[in-house]
Amino acid sequence: MKKIDKNKLILGLAAPVLAIVAAFIITSAIIGATGKDPFHAYQVMVDFGSKADSQVWIINKATPYYLSALAVAVGFRMNLFNIGVDGQYRIAAFFAAVVGGYFTLGPVAIPVMIIVAMVVGAIWAGIAGLLKTTRGVSEVISTIMLNSIGASLIGYFLQDGRLAKKEGNLIHTPYLPGSAHFFEFPTQTKPIYGFVVIAVIAGVAYWFLLGRTRFGFDLRTVGQSESAAQASGVSVKRMVITSMLISGAMAGLVGMPTLLGVSYNYGTDFPTGIGFTGIAIALLGRNHPIGMALGALLWGFLDRTGTQLEFEGYAQEIVGVIQGVIILCVVIAYELVRRYGLKIQQRKVGEELAAQASKSDKAEAAA
Amino acid sequence: MANHDIHLTVRKGTVHALCGENGAGKSTLMKILYGMQKPDEGTIKLDGEQVSLHSPADAIARGIGMVHQHFMLADNLTVLENVVLGAEKLYGIGNKARAKIKEISDAYGLGVRPDVLVEDLGVADRQRVEILKVLYRGARTLILDEPTAVLVPQEVDALFDNLRELKSEGLTVIFISHKLGEVLSVADDITVIRRGTTVGTAVPSETTPKQLAELMVGEELPSPETRESTVTDVPMLTVEGLRLSATDSDGAVRTVLDGIEFTIHKGEVLGLAGVEGNGQAELVEAIMGMRDPDAGTITLDGAEITHLATRKRREGGIGYIPEDRHRHGLLLEAPLWENRILGHVTEAPNSKGGLLDNKAARADTERIVREYDVRTPGIEVTAASLSGGNQQKLIVGREMSHHPKLLIAAHPTRGVDVGAQAQIWDQIREARREGLAVLLISADLDELIGLSDTLRVMFRGRLVADADPATITPEELGSAMTGAASGHLEHHEEGTPPGADEGEGKNSPESEPESSPKAEKDQKNSPRNSPKNSPKREKKSSKNQKNSGKREGGDEK
Repeated sequence: MKKIDKNKLILGLAAPVLAIVAAFIITSAIIGATGKDPFHAYQVMVDFGSKADSQVWIINKATPYYLSALAVAVGFRMNLFNIGVDGQYRIAAFFAAVVGGYFTLGPVAIPVMIIVAMVVGAIWAGIAGLLKTTRGVSEVISTIMLNSIGASLIGYFLQDGRLAKKEGNLIHTPYLPGSAHFFEFPTQTKPIYGFVVIAVIAGVAYWFLLGRTRFGFDLRTVGQSESAAQASGVSVKRMVITSMLISGAMAGLVGMPTLLGVSYNYGTDFPTGIGFTGIAIALLGRNHPIGMALGALLWGFLDRTGTQLEFEGYAQEIVGVIQGVIILCVVIAYELVRRYGLKIQQRKVGEELAAQASKSDKAEAAA
Repeated sequence: MANHDIHLTVRKGTVHALCGENGAGKSTLMKILYGMQKPDEGTIKLDGEQVSLHSPADAIARGIGMVHQHFMLADNLTVLENVVLGAEKLYGIGNKARAKIKEISDAYGLGVRPDVLVEDLGVADRQRVEILKVLYRGARTLILDEPTAVLVPQEVDALFDNLRELKSEGLTVIFISHKLGEVLSVADDITVIRRGTTVGTAVPSETTPKQLAELMVGEELPSPETRESTVTDVPMLTVEGLRLSATDSDGAVRTVLDGIEFTIHKGEVLGLAGVEGNGQAELVEAIMGMRDPDAGTITLDGAEITHLATRKRREGGIGYIPEDRHRHGLLLEAPLWENRILGHVTEAPNSKGGLLDNKAARADTERIVREYDVRTPGIEVTAASLSGGNQQKLIVGREMSHHPKLLIAAHPTRGVDVGAQAQIWDQIREARREGLAVLLISADLDELIGLSDTLRVMFRGRLVADADPATITPEELGSAMTGAASGHLEHHEEGTPPGADEGEGKNSPESEPESSPKAEKDQKNSPRNSPKNSPKREKKSSKNQKNSGKREGGDEK
């Protein structure tokens, strides 16, 4: 029993190690091919990335990445590809910003805005869930189209005289009052967003919900085998809608660190694309709450150090290449290790049974 | 799966059967013969010459071909394309290949049409394409892995005719099976494997299925008979006027169940006979709540459950052994203890309130593994790594652990070895004594007759006949399954019923399933006629193999 657990651990570690080593070799080759010294690049990245202000920057960057990965992972765990986290968080952040900017909410401003964001995100994702269960529309198609619809909707309202104001070249929603500023952890350099606490809570909630509750078991069951889930008594349709709602609500949080911690408004310069980064990180972290946290930090690290590479004369795109290579390596390595693990296990089960059998055979042989 | 001390000699021009329980090591042995796995020890001789096979390509080059249990055909290609795929060099891909296919097909009576799409073919025809594929590549020795598992009795007869044809042309067939009746009817020699080693050989003409089964299991074999009645007059499941329609793949709405009425009492096993595809699966799904009936009522223990959700029904005391355990009964990549939770997540000991109780579920899985003799090294291994029989024992244990009022057992011993089969029968019998109502669906008519208190026959979505299991013969039941007879089936004492259906012999002769794919050729000689021993041939090829799979220490990591 203990043996298999140990094997599981080794196999579990084998995949990321294999992936990182492979990604390391491949990116080295690519950097080498551009005529630069790859090891110097790594040196630069490590040096720059480990500076105090870099560390703060990385954590702040990783917070929304992590929330986005969680949102994607909820879908992944039940075989739903919510590619629309990007649209969901933007529209959620926009309406939260509108609510916070136009209404005087006083001390409840932050909770109200967070709830608004989660509800709007859930509704936006829920549309895709509803379409899937009632009309059989693939969630991949509907969520990505909802991204565009969401962006257009924001574009419509984000105009001077509608829900936004003009300030110089920028158009944005009104500034949030001071009561709607999220707390921060001051450091020697820049402060760390207080929202990192929410991200940690969300990670724990994700782990608990999926791993420890009946609901989570049902959700994972659907992900592993829809037919078995149905026979076991799970309403697959209801589960699709529920998990899309949860995924969307989680997506609603993605824009909050920025809105409540930096920009204090939703403007034309609000960050986009975090939803897609979330997909990459969920893949990288294998939907595991800790794996995704590490993935989010790694992404933040690469984002941060990529800019520095440019100063050193490396092509800026090299970081994008590294990120792509890592994802490919991870996906391939995990699949290889998974298959290998299954094979080993099957053989092991056979062997152990044969060993048991040969013991009892010896007794029989005497007869 | 370790093989050790395997000795197997196959004579040229014979059908050699290899029997053993699931997980006995038959498939491993075949993989070695086909070059898919390398033996650690021992030799293989082909036509007296020692060979070492490193890959299937090696095996094919030496004239060994394999027909897998699960067909390896591309549905959207034609038969011709499937056959030439990977063997383009032999006869090209055009008319020469077509002619060759025709030639082989005619020579062995396979009746393969080269230009139909594989997706339009039935299971039996696909199997013939697989055989032809192997012959096309020049095989002189064919290995068939459980070829009859997917076939209905008539198709089995046709396959056996094909095998005799091959044999008479001097080809050698190695036939893997755990269905003993079939083995006895088609094989010239039999080798029995148990726990990875050959335990004996048998000559079919001098062996009964029972003796063979005992050799396979290594112990006395029980039969499915249950005679002392435990039927009470308390109705447990009542189905009245049930109608269900379904949309088929063409978009047409068909009535799949109509006017279904029956009652199962406490302590009663109701056996449902019928050729597959006549509505049994739909009936089970309607009772389980996976399909919503158009009309009629379903009552469980006095409470109406017609439109209740599946989970509520399970909580209400329905246990379910699904027909397809991989699709409906297990999470193959999840550990055993999670599979123990499956279907009963809301019930103790799996959860408390809304939370899972993983510890209690694990402990209870240990208990099931122990009490139901699930052979596994532990409960953390995935369900996929267990053999079919052990997976089924786990499912039976899980369903029985919640003390169901009604057990729906759809083909409970399909693809399960004899040892596990006996245990599952025992468990059903025992639960029945304690007042369980059982709906039993099985293609194994002996199992059905042996276990049931009442028999009903389903044909085209209706219950067309009923019978008393105490007197009915499989043949009589078979005629009702094809729609040839209806109403109450009486046993007719006209001469002795053909064939002795003991132990594993499970063909329902004379039945003509309309819905199942049929071979075009008629089947005149039933394999049930006493196994013919073809004249012994002078030339002998022998394969002798020893292989030791005992590994040092046992553990890799």
